Amino acid sequence: MNNLTTNTPIIIAENVHKWYGQFHALRGVSLTINQGEIVVLMGPSGSGKSTFIRTFNALEDYQQGKITVDGIEISHDLRNIDTIRREVGMVFQQFNLFPHLSVLDNITLAPIWVRKWPKKHAEEVAMQLLERVGILEQAKKYPGQLSGGQQQRVAIARSLAMQPKMMLFDEPTSALDPEMVREVLDVMGNLAKTGITMIIVTHEVGFAKEVADRVIFMDSGLIVEEATPDQFFQNPKEERTKKFLSQIL
Amino acid sequence: MTSQLKPPIIEKLTPGNWAKKNLFSTWYNTLLTIISLWVIFAVSKGFILWVLTQAKWKVIEANLPLFFVGRYPRDEYWRLWLCLDIITLLSALTWTTFYPKTPLVTRSFLLRSAIGIAAIVIFPIDLISRLWLLSAMLIFTGGNWLGKMRFFRGGKLISFLWVLSFPIILWLIQGGLGLKEVSTNDWGGLMLTLFAASVSIFLSFPLGVLLALGRQSSLPIVRWFCLLYIEIIRGLPLIGILFLGQVMLQFFLPPGTPKLDRVIRAIASLSLFSAAYLAENVRGGLQSIPRGQIEAARSLGLNPPLVIILIILPQALRAVIPAIVGQFIGLFKDTSLLALFGLLELVGISKTILANPSYIGRYAEIYVFIGVIYWIFCYGMSLASRHLEKQLDIRQK
Repeated sequence: MNNLTTNTPIIIAENVHKWYGQFHALRGVSLTINQGEIVVLMGPSGSGKSTFIRTFNALEDYQQGKITVDGIEISHDLRNIDTIRREVGMVFQQFNLFPHLSVLDNITLAPIWVRKWPKKHAEEVAMQLLERVGILEQAKKYPGQLSGGQQQRVAIARSLAMQPKMMLFDEPTSALDPEMVREVLDVMGNLAKTGITMIIVTHEVGFAKEVADRVIFMDSGLIVEEATPDQFFQNPKEERTKKFLSQIL
Repeated sequence: MTSQLKPPIIEKLTPGNWAKKNLFSTWYNTLLTIISLWVIFAVSKGFILWVLTQAKWKVIEANLPLFFVGRYPRDEYWRLWLCLDIITLLSALTWTTFYPKTPLVTRSFLLRSAIGIAAIVIFPIDLISRLWLLSAMLIFTGGNWLGKMRFFRGGKLISFLWVLSFPIILWLIQGGLGLKEVSTNDWGGLMLTLFAASVSIFLSFPLGVLLALGRQSSLPIVRWFCLLYIEIIRGLPLIGILFLGQVMLQFFLPPGTPKLDRVIRAIASLSLFSAAYLAENVRGGLQSIPRGQIEAARSLGLNPPLVIILIILPQALRAVIPAIVGQFIGLFKDTSLLALFGLLELVGISKTILANPSYIGRYAEIYVFIGVIYWIFCYGMSLASRHLEKQLDIRQK
């Protein structure tokens, strides 16, 4: 739990519906996230939690409802989409590093080509970020030469290099060997202390208890319950929440 | 008590050891080895004997200039030698950027130099040609040394020099602007093969990539145009397309444009043909890129053109280098069809030589000779491709 939450909404989702063909993936989800908040989304697979956060940077579209990110409404207007994405960093379950570029080039690519920074400046920032996530010595290596935990930390640094206003994490540790989960969660915990807005889809209960401001439980395309970590894990209100918690705790 | 296990002793690989292990390990292996050796000997004995005793190699020796440069005027040979020097210099510079750390004088360097000097001394050519060949060898070594200098690193200067060299080489070969003009009718032999093949390869590659990208486009008109182009071209034999190019290309250009040179028409046909096949190769590469790459790139704020240029194409092209180089090797050999249109490249000039009454019937010698030449270039391309793949793999892994 951090005290850096403000009262300024940065993401407002109103009654969002999404269909994949006939399958109703999101059935009217509404959520407001304030700047500086750390929000954890939990739920069984297929509940729509990944789909939901992917609508925030338009990786998924939606058919009904309204989503406003950083004051801009997400629509099918192309120019808007690229502008929004600069401010929304995303970390993927499969890391998705660019294998043909070195670690340093992975991180400096977007700042150079999108924010138009000069190469030297981008490289300085990149080296600082690499130090922050603890792998400065890997700068010249290629992603294929790094372990999973190191790759995910590079992925986090890569998103942070764009200095986004918020970070989305889609099950960042689910593809990692257990001994590497800790190092990535530590990086995320340190990041939480800087006041950046973070929305994290994860199964890591310990992390949620330590770091989250709010925990949200989704099931079958709907938000079933939301509460502070203490209330959520100790006094869940809904039946479905209790059932889910009994399975994972 | 744990004992330290030593790693197994690996036997040193001498030729004797290798033969014992691979050829004579068991009784049936030994039998197979003996039988195979006998078969190889029996089959090649005839050929080798023919090469050394019966073949009349005079036909090659007497016509070397024709084979290499066709009917190019003798007085202007120096221009072609100059082109060779330029290409040798740039090749040496490019080679050095790939292997910047190898020292200048190595065992392979001495071997290559020995072979080069032996060739210069042995080949039945006149003194001036020998001197020019020597100059090419020296320039290659000079280029190796020069390429180690700092301002060649990164390859940008070298790419620029290659681009600059093309109009210069074209001017040297064709003439005009101070040099005596040599009509394309007199171009021929290996020089014409190399010229047609290089330009076609150079033009067909970007065209193929654009077609492959267009094939995936979200705009229906672009997608349909690319699809139709690829399927129509792939449905026609190259000979048909070369004929169409010679006869019909003029109609596609605005009326009043001067009649295009035969060589240009041929190169255009080759390029358009090859681009269709390249497009399908590249498309395979494009489809092998995991969606996550595109998602990661887009979520960093990169717009679609940047995603294609920075993320997708580098990975896709790397994946299909073998297929692309195979296509280029085929294109190189397809230039032999130009003989049917009066363009006397290597195969065409061979037919002209055969028509000479002094050399009637010398098919075998001539075709073995140009076969070896084709093989040298095609294998060279194959080798370059393997080196390129190894370089790129080293960086990625």
